[in-house]
Amino acid sequence: MSDALVTIESVQKIFTDSKKPALDGISATIQPGRITGLVGPDGAGKTTLIRLMAGLLAPTSGKIRVDGLDPIHDAAKLRESIGYMPQKFGLYEDLSVQENLELHADLRNVVGEERSATFKRLLDFTDLARFTSRLAGKLSGGMKQKLGLACALLGQPRLLLLDEPGVGVDPISRRELWKMVQELIDQGITVVWSTAYLDEAELCRDVLLMNEGKLVFYGKPSDMTSRIRERSFQIRQISGSRRQLLARVLRSHEVMDGVIQGHNVRLVLRAGAAHPNLHDINAGNQAELMPVAPRFEDAFIEALGGGPGGESALAQRLRPVTGETNTAVEAVDLTKKFGDFAATDHVNFTVKHGEIFGLLGPNGAGKSTTFRMMCGLLTPTSGTARVMGIDLKTSASQARQKLGYMAQKFSLYGSLTVKQNLKFFSGVYGLRGEQQKLVVNEMIEVFKLQPFLDTAPNTLALGFKQRLALACAVMHEPRILFLDEPTSGVDPITRREFWTHINGVVEKGVTVMVTTHFMDEAEYCDRIALVFRGRIIAAGTPDQLKDQASTPQHPDPSMEDAFIALVQAQSNEAGS
Amino acid sequence: MNKIVSFRRLRALCRKETLQILRDPSSNIIAFVLPVVLLFIFGYGINLDSTALRIGLVLEDTSPEARHFADNLYGSPYLQVTAGLTLTEMEQAMTAGKVRGFVVIPVDFAEKLKRPADTAPLLVITDGAEPNTANFVQNYVRGVWNGWLLQRAVERGEAPPADIAIESRFWFNSSAESRNYIIPGSITIIMTVIGTLLTSLVVAREWERGTMEALLASPVTRAELLLSKLLPYYVLGISSLFLCVGVSVFILNIPFRGSLLVLWAIGTLFLGCSLGLGLLISTVLRNQFNAAQAALNAAFLPALMLSGFIYEIRSMPVLIQAFTYLIPARYFVTAIQTIFQAGNVWTVILRSGLFLLLAAVFFIGLTALKTRRRLE
Amino acid sequence: MFLRLATLIIKELQTLLQDKQSRVILIMPVVLQLALFPFAATLEVTNNTLAVFNEDSGKEALELVQRFSQAQAFTELIPLYSEAEVRDVLDNQQALIVVRFPADFSRNVAAGRAARIQALLDGRRSNSGQIALGYVQQILQAYIGERLNDKQQVALSNLIIRNQFNPNLDYVRHIVPGLVAIITTISTLIVTALSVAREREQGTFDQLLASPLTPGMVMVGKAIPAMLVAMVQATIILLAGIFIYRIPFAGSFGLLYASMTFYILALAGFGLLISSVCATQQQAFLGVFSFVMPAILLSGFVAPVENMPTWLQYLDWLNPLRHFMIIVKGVFLKDMGLSAILQNLWPLLVIAAGTLGVANWMFRRRLE
Repeated sequence: MSDALVTIESVQKIFTDSKKPALDGISATIQPGRITGLVGPDGAGKTTLIRLMAGLLAPTSGKIRVDGLDPIHDAAKLRESIGYMPQKFGLYEDLSVQENLELHADLRNVVGEERSATFKRLLDFTDLARFTSRLAGKLSGGMKQKLGLACALLGQPRLLLLDEPGVGVDPISRRELWKMVQELIDQGITVVWSTAYLDEAELCRDVLLMNEGKLVFYGKPSDMTSRIRERSFQIRQISGSRRQLLARVLRSHEVMDGVIQGHNVRLVLRAGAAHPNLHDINAGNQAELMPVAPRFEDAFIEALGGGPGGESALAQRLRPVTGETNTAVEAVDLTKKFGDFAATDHVNFTVKHGEIFGLLGPNGAGKSTTFRMMCGLLTPTSGTARVMGIDLKTSASQARQKLGYMAQKFSLYGSLTVKQNLKFFSGVYGLRGEQQKLVVNEMIEVFKLQPFLDTAPNTLALGFKQRLALACAVMHEPRILFLDEPTSGVDPITRREFWTHINGVVEKGVTVMVTTHFMDEAEYCDRIALVFRGRIIAAGTPDQLKDQASTPQHPDPSMEDAFIALVQAQSNEAGS
Repeated sequence: MNKIVSFRRLRALCRKETLQILRDPSSNIIAFVLPVVLLFIFGYGINLDSTALRIGLVLEDTSPEARHFADNLYGSPYLQVTAGLTLTEMEQAMTAGKVRGFVVIPVDFAEKLKRPADTAPLLVITDGAEPNTANFVQNYVRGVWNGWLLQRAVERGEAPPADIAIESRFWFNSSAESRNYIIPGSITIIMTVIGTLLTSLVVAREWERGTMEALLASPVTRAELLLSKLLPYYVLGISSLFLCVGVSVFILNIPFRGSLLVLWAIGTLFLGCSLGLGLLISTVLRNQFNAAQAALNAAFLPALMLSGFIYEIRSMPVLIQAFTYLIPARYFVTAIQTIFQAGNVWTVILRSGLFLLLAAVFFIGLTALKTRRRLE
Repeated sequence: MFLRLATLIIKELQTLLQDKQSRVILIMPVVLQLALFPFAATLEVTNNTLAVFNEDSGKEALELVQRFSQAQAFTELIPLYSEAEVRDVLDNQQALIVVRFPADFSRNVAAGRAARIQALLDGRRSNSGQIALGYVQQILQAYIGERLNDKQQVALSNLIIRNQFNPNLDYVRHIVPGLVAIITTISTLIVTALSVAREREQGTFDQLLASPLTPGMVMVGKAIPAMLVAMVQATIILLAGIFIYRIPFAGSFGLLYASMTFYILALAGFGLLISSVCATQQQAFLGVFSFVMPAILLSGFVAPVENMPTWLQYLDWLNPLRHFMIIVKGVFLKDMGLSAILQNLWPLLVIAAGTLGVANWMFRRRLE
């Protein structure tokens, strides 16, 4: 291992304001000319480790050597051989693409002919040549990410550190970025890629799997995946509710983890467990158990101690919604124009009661605008948005009492305590006195918030923030729940827990409308509308969309494949 | 191998900062719109010379002697006299702030005046709620009264009772217009606010937007980082200073007697202080909201209250006086008022310059010390 | 609906008072300004330096110099011996005022002829100079009076001066009521303007709008906490004024607080107006700053409103602080009555109605 580019020896990092170490005795090496994935749930210490390698933080104890240098003492020398892209890409949004590149070129002493050659190469490589004069702030998420990468690549680094480059970026852009990084590896650059997306981790040559500051696994992802060989299955041809089935399946001891995939349910069994009896779990007469390929995610869940189970304590406490006959949510020719630009262009859809309806689309496609009009945060230019049959233009306040809203990034009052947040949101929705106390206590119990009652949400881990945000949105027992990117940046286990609640709530008759760009999240939806350039380009059940994208060469596309195929088909059509 | 300051990197950083300034409307508003607006407000709104004091007159005595004195009051260019109200009505008018004081000529005024053994009193009642104006009322009425005594003496062929006259002359500001010293002084306040506000946000902004992290991971040195924050804002600040001077001289017609070169040198030192203070706040707090609040409290208020610009430092308690020595604005007020009105008085300018230099070195040095090349 | 509003108000107060830093930001300026301003903000001249260029050696001149040096205004006296020194002392700001006795001064006085003294003032500090000159004149008048009495003559007339509401023209009495007005202004604006911007940045503003609360209620929910905070601060300053600075409170507390309510409403209107056009806290801060600075400077606190040019006085009518400044001082020091208060209160009502109306319209418009 003497030829390793980075060696990490029992590194510990304790921040002054917390007792728990952010990194607790990590030892690993990073081999040159490979891509190493840094994987782990939120708060595992991925960012801290990357910053240590970049010399931006000093370890409390232990040793790190990067390219034979100490990142702190030889900082000046080290900086010439690393490229670093921080989480928010580190771009100056008020500078143009060209100006951002020039700044970083000057800082890294890339001049003369080398400079023009490098610019040309990077602009071709990132396909940004057409946008050199555009301000970085006006670029889409995917383009920002490419520009951030280009800036980090100036000065020919030997080691490239990328901190969660995929967050907030749609699948198409993520795939492009991945291709670009592959090319870099071929040129001999070493890449460290931190990610919460496990499908990305699966593609890495090596992974460092971290949890709560500790190293859980280090090696090839396939080594990890092979641990759970022949334990992944899909239940197909289910009759009855697949959500109820999932809850039942997860109750059995043999099953470690389960998710919904369109009409099917995907299971991972515990090591050595017998196959579940489909009859016992009441899957229906036609149901069949099909073995499927294991995923890195399955192994990840196992490494962290299994999935969260299928019971939603929240749903158990909810009164069923009854007596609703009309459609829950309806958009009729919904249009929103900002100047000449139509962010949403004659969008039509209806959502039935007790349904999960997903709005899917690349960044800037108009799904947010549509979503915001549906919950009354924007007034449409033309067309109508109806919730429970009420036109939001006329009596919005009356309609709002019946809906729950969970904003992007789990917006909460960061400086109030958890308990104050709960009290506030229940109060705003008119709960008071004994009833309010009861509901707040229920939420504390359901979401296990007891230890954090007096903490400010700002200091909570993302997963708890998300729980609290959900609690605040459902206390008044809304009939319709609006969720805007509800699991962005959250690790798979927390995401499963979240969907267990949502599944449970829907079974009680609540309608859910969700925006997302997580493809496995789309699989939970009953129906999806694919939004692109302000219009709905495809709508239907997840399986229908997958079928639309199915080709003879690729008979069984994933949701992500389907998404990319449908969007690309549409843009080709518009282009020709 | 990594120089402390690489010219290329510094130029690149300055260029970046300049582009950001040019594209950020709020920087331009702070640097060019706010100063002019404030200058006009100071120029027109802050006038401590009471040109036409509104006072009242209660004539309880209507004798020719009383009327004679009243005519003198009416004749004063500094007083705007209202009469015709009773004593109680006049008191109400003063309570409502409609008059700033009033003169009462008592019933027996003429009678007492005629009796050699008696002194004829005149009552002057001022609105003590406005002490400065009350002083002016006292002084102006006394002036009218002195003139009236003199007139009477002359008319009756007597020797003047007041045999000592004081003849006052203003050394620099011959017309004694408060504007002539308030405007140069207010440039100090404006430059303090601008210098501190501009830079207090810039470092915090880089932290909040995550761009600082990208810079720190590049070969940029601490000195380059600091200089790239100082130089562009210095250019902005000094242009703003000369804009203020231009507006003062050409639009507000304030005399300027010193040399622009000296002003530039002193202005540079002072900007070093206020930009340095702003950078220090920004570097330490790393949060735009708190930085802005702190800048307001640490820069604006002391500059307004403790620089000697409006309020005499010598009249303050010793402890507060000692504190004013630590405030750069104090030296700049003295220097700029001197440059404007007295010209290049070297002792004043050199002394102020020296203190400003020390303060600038202190603030910038402390910022350099607090600038970390790491994230903690 | 009332209880929902109460929830909103409690939340707002919790946000303001929750963490130590925000509490410090609310209280520190009050304490600091209470401790510094009443002492620092004085236009009185004390402890200053007088320079005397005495070309005369007679006893009358000496007597006067003696009297000048005993005045409270001048604790230091610099004797000068040449024209050049006069110039130096003024140029270098060593003395605020130079008094020059001509060589024939004492002779003239003794002979009963008209005598003259020259006073040279530093024009860079002409206000202080004029005030100091006033003191010099008073000393001189007293001297003349005594000389007349010595001659057994009875003065023809005398001026009896009474400074009502503030017999000693104490600046503290002018500053403290002014502080009541200024501090309420700053905190009301910061609380209203910045809290909306902060909610926008945090994303919680959307959540408020997605709840059954109407934009009008959200506005009220922002205005009332600002009112409470500002009133508590005002009360602290009032109490400090009465008990620490020993300023007699002349008027009615009821009237003062009632007018303060309307004043804060007018301010909250401005604050909400600023917040409705600002997307970030930085912009809101800049907006507050650009409003507060002129508002304070043109309030009559620093310099009287009547000294401004007429056009500016008309423009200043829109400045709520100008009207409230008259009320606070009037009630605090002068026992201002209801009718006088109303004359200054109705502009506040007009401003409040205008700004709140426009702010409400802007809030609704932003949803589109």
